[in-house]
Amino acid sequence: MSDTAKDLHSEYMVINMGPSHPVTHGTVKFLLTLEGETIIDMKVDIGYLHRGFEKMCENGTWEQVMPYTDRLNYVSPLINNVGYALAVEKLIGIETPQRCQYIRVIASELARISDHYTNIAASGLELGAFTAFLYFVEARELVWDLIEMLCGARVTANYVRIGGLKNDLPDGFKAKTRDVFKRCRELWADVDHLLTKNRIFIDRVRNVGIMPPKDAIAWGFTGPCLRACGIPYDVRKFHPYLVYDQMDFEVPVGEKGDNFDRYAVRMEEINQSMRIVEQALDKLPSGPINVDMPEYRWQSKEDISNRIESLIFHFKTVTEGIKPPAGEVYSAVEGANGELGFYLVSDGSGKPYKCRVRPPCFPLTAAMPKMVKGGFIADIVPTFDMINMIGGECDR
Amino acid sequence: MVADLIESVVKILFIFSVNIGFFSPILGWVERKQSALMQDRVGANRADVFGFTLIGLFHPIADAIKVLTKEDFVPEGADRLFHTLAPFISLTPAIIAFAVIPFGGQYVLFGHHVNLIIADLDVGILFIFAFASLASFGAVLGGWASNNNWSFLGGLRASAQMLSYEVVMGLNIIGVIMVYGTLRLSEIGAMQVNFFHWGIFLQPVGFILFFTCAIAENKRAPFDVAEAESELVAGYFTEYSGMKFVMFWMGEFLEIVTIAGLITTLFFGAWHLPFVSDRMLVDFFGFAGPDGANILAILVNIATFFAKVLFFIWLQMTIRWTLPRFRYDQVMRLGWKMFLPIALINIFITGLVLLVK
Repeated sequence: MSDTAKDLHSEYMVINMGPSHPVTHGTVKFLLTLEGETIIDMKVDIGYLHRGFEKMCENGTWEQVMPYTDRLNYVSPLINNVGYALAVEKLIGIETPQRCQYIRVIASELARISDHYTNIAASGLELGAFTAFLYFVEARELVWDLIEMLCGARVTANYVRIGGLKNDLPDGFKAKTRDVFKRCRELWADVDHLLTKNRIFIDRVRNVGIMPPKDAIAWGFTGPCLRACGIPYDVRKFHPYLVYDQMDFEVPVGEKGDNFDRYAVRMEEINQSMRIVEQALDKLPSGPINVDMPEYRWQSKEDISNRIESLIFHFKTVTEGIKPPAGEVYSAVEGANGELGFYLVSDGSGKPYKCRVRPPCFPLTAAMPKMVKGGFIADIVPTFDMINMIGGECDR
Repeated sequence: MVADLIESVVKILFIFSVNIGFFSPILGWVERKQSALMQDRVGANRADVFGFTLIGLFHPIADAIKVLTKEDFVPEGADRLFHTLAPFISLTPAIIAFAVIPFGGQYVLFGHHVNLIIADLDVGILFIFAFASLASFGAVLGGWASNNNWSFLGGLRASAQMLSYEVVMGLNIIGVIMVYGTLRLSEIGAMQVNFFHWGIFLQPVGFILFFTCAIAENKRAPFDVAEAESELVAGYFTEYSGMKFVMFWMGEFLEIVTIAGLITTLFFGAWHLPFVSDRMLVDFFGFAGPDGANILAILVNIATFFAKVLFFIWLQMTIRWTLPRFRYDQVMRLGWKMFLPIALINIFITGLVLLVK
């Protein structure tokens, strides 16, 4: 056989996987060099969803950036909202009221749950388990119902404001959450039955896309993919923000760092996030949701009518935008995919001088070739699904 | 002579209309509707005539009109002849294979001997295998002639998979043939009049292996690596559109029916109700006179046969919508390293049992 191969003229097949290929959702291109079905080389080509997010931010006021952040990781926009608001508040030095912090935690965790649902559902779909996909999509719809109740939008939330929130929790939110979580737990158990012990599924994801812990750190992995390697790094635990230090939750970790561990970590994180939401709803303190600083956060209509200070600053912040002091800040939150960081520079004017995002899925996407080289074409599918590359966030 | 001719024409028309006229359009609807039921969805319910949707049954008609009016696209650089030929090669064997599957026993009607099988070949089972292997040419040619790398990879996968699983399938059948001592499917069916002589009791391992291999041979999930849409776009029929595309699909659906028919014939008592022989049926319907009794017996037997076929179609659909997809090398490993040895051991044990008896 090997002699024949030497005599015959043979060459590798070079093939474009993407940008319009069923598996490259999020729009990315893989340039594959194949020997049969084995991947000899792979080049990742990103940027198909580049919209100039960071440049756009420089041309709007600090507050106008908020809707743009919805379009970063469009599967969990609330976390982006929270991340950006926290960064600006750190720059200014605002400590938001307790109630606001609790609601932000609830919103973030709901977004995380829906993100993990989407991710696992899509992986199931692409591995041929269409039924598991629809079960989790149903669960996600229910969580989106909650998000819709919270802020009126299902996907592009735009809920958080600098120094507060758009509105308070609606009436009946807690009861509705209880109902939704009950159904979600049933669906979770269904998907668990369909996938976790399914031999075919395990064969497809076990020992595929392995990343050793050392390499994972070197490549800048964060989030579920890093935790799958056995490193319990979670921004919520290591650099607690909001009121996460008052919440009782576990950080699940994997053993091998393969796709199965990434799947298992996400499945468990769904449960942990539900625990956090339930605790936060139980502990939810009463009080204001907005900080009482007219120069940074709009006041209520009543205040604007009755307090001269509120009226003036309402006028000023609408026309010129809020003006954080000059300086720079980096602030990170635990996004659904990993550490979502905002690096902001202010020159003291009404617009951000620089707004740089550290997307968690960029290093993950960069490590794709390392994870799949030597494997089969079919291995790209679970690996790419499990790193959960979101074009809006990676390309910005 | 004329009676024979009429009999043949009626039988051919019957099977043809059941397969092409009923199963192939209706299975597309069944697949949508069943998957919808399994997944808490509504399923196909949009096509309507004056507001009546008829639980989505107009969809096959709407689909037919759509595919017939679609552009027949041949990609640049493709081999026009083979690109056109491939869907025909894949569809024809699926239609033909049903000719040797008996859908009823033998009856006397108006003094004429009726055998409810289109072609009662003495090598019936080999005939099916011969045509099943022809179908793999359709996939290979389609993949090769499309001038597309994804199609090419799909064609390669399809050829390797179908050839490997044919070997195992053939070995499974040997167990059945040894037990019944004939290749003629009508005889195998007739021998299963005794409930405890159904193939499932005589060859339980053979049944499981045969069923699995048959699904793999038909390239449906979990063995649909040849058309794995998340990896190879659509595999060997990536570059097909309109009627040619649908011919691949019809081939697949008809193979589902053929597989169900073959499993019914080989393992599940063919046209027999459990514990009821043809003789008993005719006697039971004695009140209708000799010819009437035979006609009623024929109807009952045909209904029994197709009820079993429908059950196995349902089972295949359920499997398809439950399990994820294998990886290509895993499919191969399963075929050669697991199924082949088991099939050989099965033959050995069957032989041993027959020898001792």
